Amino acid sequence: MVTSPAPSHLTARERARRAARGGASRSAPAPLLVPALIAVAFLLLPLAGLLIRAPWGHLGAALSGSDATQALTLSLWTATVSTGISLLIGVPLAWLLARTTFPGQRLLRALVTLPLVLPPVVGGVALLLAFGRTGVIGRYLDAWFGLTIPFTPLAVVMAETFVAMPFLIITVEGALRSADQGFEEAAATLGARRMIVFSRITVPMIAPSLGAGAVLCWARALGEFGATITFAGSFPGQTETMPIAVYYALQTDPNAAIALSLVLLLVSIVVLVSLRERWLRGGSIS
Amino acid sequence: MTADGGGLAVEAEVRRGTFILGVSLTAPPGQVVGLLGPNGAGKSTLLSAVAGLTPVSAGRITLAGHVLDDADRGTFVEAAGRPVGFVFQNYRLFPHLTVADNVAFSPRARGLGRRAARSAAQHWLDRLGLADLAGRKPDQLSGGQAQRVALARALAGEPQLLLLDEPLSALDAGTRLDVQAELKRHLADFAGPCLLVTHDPLEALVLADQLIVLEGGRIVQQGTPQQVARRPGTEYVAKLVGLNLYVGRADGSRVTLDAGGTFIVPDQGQHGDVLLSVRPSAITVSSQHPQPSSARNTWTAKITGLTLLADRVRLDLDGDPPVLVDVTPAAVAELSLEPGSQVWLTVKATDLEVYPRDPAAGGVSTGPGRVTRG
Repeated sequence: MVTSPAPSHLTARERARRAARGGASRSAPAPLLVPALIAVAFLLLPLAGLLIRAPWGHLGAALSGSDATQALTLSLWTATVSTGISLLIGVPLAWLLARTTFPGQRLLRALVTLPLVLPPVVGGVALLLAFGRTGVIGRYLDAWFGLTIPFTPLAVVMAETFVAMPFLIITVEGALRSADQGFEEAAATLGARRMIVFSRITVPMIAPSLGAGAVLCWARALGEFGATITFAGSFPGQTETMPIAVYYALQTDPNAAIALSLVLLLVSIVVLVSLRERWLRGGSIS
Repeated sequence: MTADGGGLAVEAEVRRGTFILGVSLTAPPGQVVGLLGPNGAGKSTLLSAVAGLTPVSAGRITLAGHVLDDADRGTFVEAAGRPVGFVFQNYRLFPHLTVADNVAFSPRARGLGRRAARSAAQHWLDRLGLADLAGRKPDQLSGGQAQRVALARALAGEPQLLLLDEPLSALDAGTRLDVQAELKRHLADFAGPCLLVTHDPLEALVLADQLIVLEGGRIVQQGTPQQVARRPGTEYVAKLVGLNLYVGRADGSRVTLDAGGTFIVPDQGQHGDVLLSVRPSAITVSSQHPQPSSARNTWTAKITGLTLLADRVRLDLDGDPPVLVDVTPAAVAELSLEPGSQVWLTVKATDLEVYPRDPAAGGVSTGPGRVTRG
């Protein structure tokens, strides 16, 4: 037996939308809508809480503590240096992974991207075991050059690079794989040796992805906590980066913690916006 | 070193997966050698091997006596080291560089300083009438302009050999003829040999001095464009130039066709395996048995299909032999031609082109022995 469905109300606006774009009802069924709204609330409420509880009246005072400024400065320059190092050594590695074949390449790719999924604190322990005073490499650095890495700003840079560089590598490698190699062939027939092809054709053509990868890498380095605190410790002015400063401030001066968090939130938003623009531009080129 | 002066000599085999290209060809300086063939015949593979993008698996490639690739001795000149200019099918202009920088790329890559490279580029921009476009990016060019930039970019490296891979295929029909005429002029100015890949017979006829037909990785016919067009050696070529092609055995003035039927032809003393070609427009259609006339060949056939071409109707006829015939639309109406109609066909002996079948070509199947549309 056929039951005739009950008619629903269709607003003029909805009628116009369906006429223009086609398609049937676009209202979400409750079993999908409710969990989706819970997800939204879960993601946004904490951020809202941060904004609500922020000591807007005395933000300046909360941030002006010398610790905060020091931590921010340290975070900015270490993240930038580790991004620079990642570009210098990570992009060539990405090229090697994308454009050449050698035995064990798949294994190497897996190992190189391991820090993406490795708990950062494990990365810190590993760095300590390798470069610590009694570490596999560290003992020779100490014995031969008197160089001690742990608990120095250099250790911060190394911890951040270790955790963040894989983001750059996989972004750039993906771009290299999907880039049209016909242009590189064309450059070769025009007399360009491989290094010229790389610098004048390959790099400019993957520039949007290179930029996106660098921004991702920088943002990840800026937020690095686990590996840094394990390998570099938290000496104010030396190795105490913003995330670490936030963590400690929360125990002693919650207002300062909130203020520092707001700064990091602001930086994150700027990063997100700049990424979106890059991705949009990248999309319009291809 | 070798007798072919500044020419290109390829005597090589190139393997790409299961595909094997085996060719032996020479291209003298100043000549445009057209490589004609269906998709997958190995034309682009051949260009790629000559350019150094794919090494040969056996044999050698020499240019002006210099070895570019020799599989037996292991000699290989990298693509960047070959004096070759390559115009790719979709041009592959560098999207992030201006027209001027695209054209200056090769002089710069080959070692000129920035200013010298720029002035070399300027020379070619002027010469190809591109000076006004120097500051544009490739995505701001029309198809014809992009084609000229690609040519200028290839020529700016002062190559001794020019390779063109379907240089006009990316253009729409309207600009194609203009660009083709222009390309012909520039190719005439080029001193070295030139290999031109195409699957457009008209392009091959207009631009090439010599034609090489490739099918399935082998050369099946070569000659001047006129020879190839008049006496197609394979079904593929016959299709391209729009001729009916038959395999048969000649005995003086009689040719017995494998596809059925016998034709009377001018007696030039042919005997043995021959090919016979006839233009679709050379055949006359009658609805009744024709009056005795000077046409020596008459046979009956049944219409199996009609196709309206630009200004004529192509009839697909089944008989001994089956054949394609072109008639005017008026004739179709007057004779009430329709699928299933029985008609008489006549053709003069002098309209039949009979020539020996090259066993090496072997591209004509003895099956239906007929060539479809052109």
